[in-house]
Amino acid sequence: MTVTSLPLLSRFWLSWLTSFRILFDGRFAANVAMLRDGDAPSESKPPAPLPLEVREVPRQDRAPASADGALQLLALLQREGRFVDFVQQELASFGDAEIGAAARVVHEGCRRAIRQHARVVSVRNEAEGASLTLERATEDVKLVGNVAGSAPFRGVLRHRGWRVEELALPTVVGAHDPTLVAPAELELS
Amino acid sequence: MSAKFVIGIDLGTTHSALALAELGGTDERVSVLEIEQLVALGSVAKRPLLPSFLYFAHESEPALALSWDAQRRFCVGEFARARGAEAPQRVISSAKSWLSYGGIDRRAGNLPVGAPEDLEKISPVEASFRLLDHLNEAFRAARPADGDLSEQEVVLTVPASFDAGARDLTVEAALAAGFEQVTLLEEPQAALYAWIEQNGEAWRSHLRAGDRVLVIDIGGGTTDFSLIDAIEQDGSLGLSRVAVGDHILLGGDNMDLALAHVVGQELTEQGKELDRFQLGALAHACRGAKEKLLSDASLEQVAVVLPSRGSQLLGGSIRGELRREQVERYLLEGFFPAVSVNERPKVRPRAGLTQAGLPYASDAAITKHLAAFLARHAFAEPASGASDSTDARPPTAILFNGGVLKADILRTRVIETLNGWLEQRGSAKARVLPGEDLDLAVARGAAYYGLVRHGRGLRIRGGTARAYYVGIESPMPALPGLEPPVFALCVAPFGMEEGSHAALPPQELFVVVGEPVTFRFFGSSTRRSDPAGSVLERWRAGELEELPQIELVLPPAGRAAGDVVAVHLQASVTAIGTLKLEAIAQAPIVADERWQIELSVRHGANSSA
Repeated sequence: MTVTSLPLLSRFWLSWLTSFRILFDGRFAANVAMLRDGDAPSESKPPAPLPLEVREVPRQDRAPASADGALQLLALLQREGRFVDFVQQELASFGDAEIGAAARVVHEGCRRAIRQHARVVSVRNEAEGASLTLERATEDVKLVGNVAGSAPFRGVLRHRGWRVEELALPTVVGAHDPTLVAPAELELS
Repeated sequence: MSAKFVIGIDLGTTHSALALAELGGTDERVSVLEIEQLVALGSVAKRPLLPSFLYFAHESEPALALSWDAQRRFCVGEFARARGAEAPQRVISSAKSWLSYGGIDRRAGNLPVGAPEDLEKISPVEASFRLLDHLNEAFRAARPADGDLSEQEVVLTVPASFDAGARDLTVEAALAAGFEQVTLLEEPQAALYAWIEQNGEAWRSHLRAGDRVLVIDIGGGTTDFSLIDAIEQDGSLGLSRVAVGDHILLGGDNMDLALAHVVGQELTEQGKELDRFQLGALAHACRGAKEKLLSDASLEQVAVVLPSRGSQLLGGSIRGELRREQVERYLLEGFFPAVSVNERPKVRPRAGLTQAGLPYASDAAITKHLAAFLARHAFAEPASGASDSTDARPPTAILFNGGVLKADILRTRVIETLNGWLEQRGSAKARVLPGEDLDLAVARGAAYYGLVRHGRGLRIRGGTARAYYVGIESPMPALPGLEPPVFALCVAPFGMEEGSHAALPPQELFVVVGEPVTFRFFGSSTRRSDPAGSVLERWRAGELEELPQIELVLPPAGRAAGDVVAVHLQASVTAIGTLKLEAIAQAPIVADERWQIELSVRHGANSSA
């Protein structure tokens, strides 16, 4: 596969997608960690991320499986909520009313698809804006602002966070091209 | 071999579901099996409901592979339904309604309607068989250690309004799917069983002897009413199904279509042209909008957006809206008008020539159908072909079933209308039995009934929901332009229990050996005290319903072709729950000489003339 620079929207999508997977798929996180270690620009080597299960991961079986899952999710969101159509289209020339109408289609369909295949819950149940004391730093709460000192950490909850508790994508059967997230349509009359 | 599970199958017009309970285990609770199905090309997922749609692949398409069959050329479920919008000629929907429609030969290949030439049509029986077969395959795939459904006890639900022929054909489909231990159960009864299962022993505190439960079941394609009495039985509480309604082809899908039509009309007036695909998408979008409006009283309107068909989502999409006032006018007032107890559904005479199509109810007002049902079975009004039972009493409780009735506003309207009628007649208001999970209740109740058959709970008694009659032409000289009058000979009285025989009617009928003899066949859900052998010379309009005719062929074996044989007709109800009609030779040439009569042969009442 030739690697070219991705457009902004694709990168946005990819970051959204991978952030979940890094959190919940130890193996994938390890792959990202390796990618990051291996290909990172040499000028500033950042501290290595947490070595989660790194040693257990054989190098060869990383890319294909995860790519299929991502493609499958894209196909699902396109099928149910026209997600790819929406993201691929330039919005500049359209008014808010039109974008709003399209957003309803995308929101309704993607929401249905996500709810059918995943259970997404809040990481914290407190209201956003509430004061919170954290006895110790954990992976599921990111500290922002004046990040210094030691636990307990006191602060204001800005974002409740999301956690995917269950993810059950459809099983892939038969030999189909996974990159075909939506086939072209030809109407016969 | 003895079954390990009892399986409850709701073979629905639009959705099917499967529930199971382990026999003899420590845990006899009912659970729902998630059914593996194709949800998109190359994607298989498990869902609690299996859309009752069948799609046949075109040669241009790859195999519709499932985890258990890589080469399959057809599919059942979600993908089939999705293809229904894109390639409708290749999709079978509402197979169940076709199965109960006597206007066609239900064993002949006539589905999908309008199929292209490359596609071999199949019969409604085979379509039903394929749906059941899919459930069997999904069961095997999900529980490889538990074998096949053929090894389990299967309870298959049918509308209470299915006549003997449609019940027979349902069993035929089940036997073709290999279900050797199958029993039929009426859907409204299944809903009540589910309610009992859900309430545990507490249900006895909700119902008292003397209560009469009205079950209102509105599914995607059909509406079904039943009355079930709570009775004193050997010192404890028993249940007895006392009446069932007519087969009404009217359900949630009609409601979505009606709203789509309203919104589509508005869009057309705004100069927006909709093609067939967009009309399909509109019904889908209207269903979503309807559900939002019905569940949130603060919303005044919900946008209905039809996405463009091309890859440019913006610019090509059409935006309409569904307003609360429209939902109230067309859904509430159209399907659930607050009518008086004397209103009756309008009967539109069927046009002489009609396209092959299902006999949809011609009046959409479900409350009018309900008024007619209650007039016959609960209010004992002589003018309306009322039940001849002296036990006509109004209902005291209501149990709702079916996805449509998830909406509070619709349930409230039904309750208020019914209670208005009851109040007017000086009866107490009916209370509502709280049910849950209106989509899956029938399958769950069916599995629970399987346990009941093993003595684990209370059984609803009731027997056959109709009395059955054969038509006999009275002997009279032919008069031009006058059809000889037809008498109705009762062969099966109302309320026959499973495994019982009707008395042998004394009347003789004559059959020519080697030639098929057809009889007109009638059913009545209101005449409850005609014994086998009674002959009706006349009956009130609506009291007897003509069913597809029945056929008897005496094979020449042992008798000379052309001989005339005198027979008696005897009815029995099999352990499965189907009606069996046999002709018994009056002068047998071998011991116990009898022939089975074919129910539901061909042609409906309308086309047999």
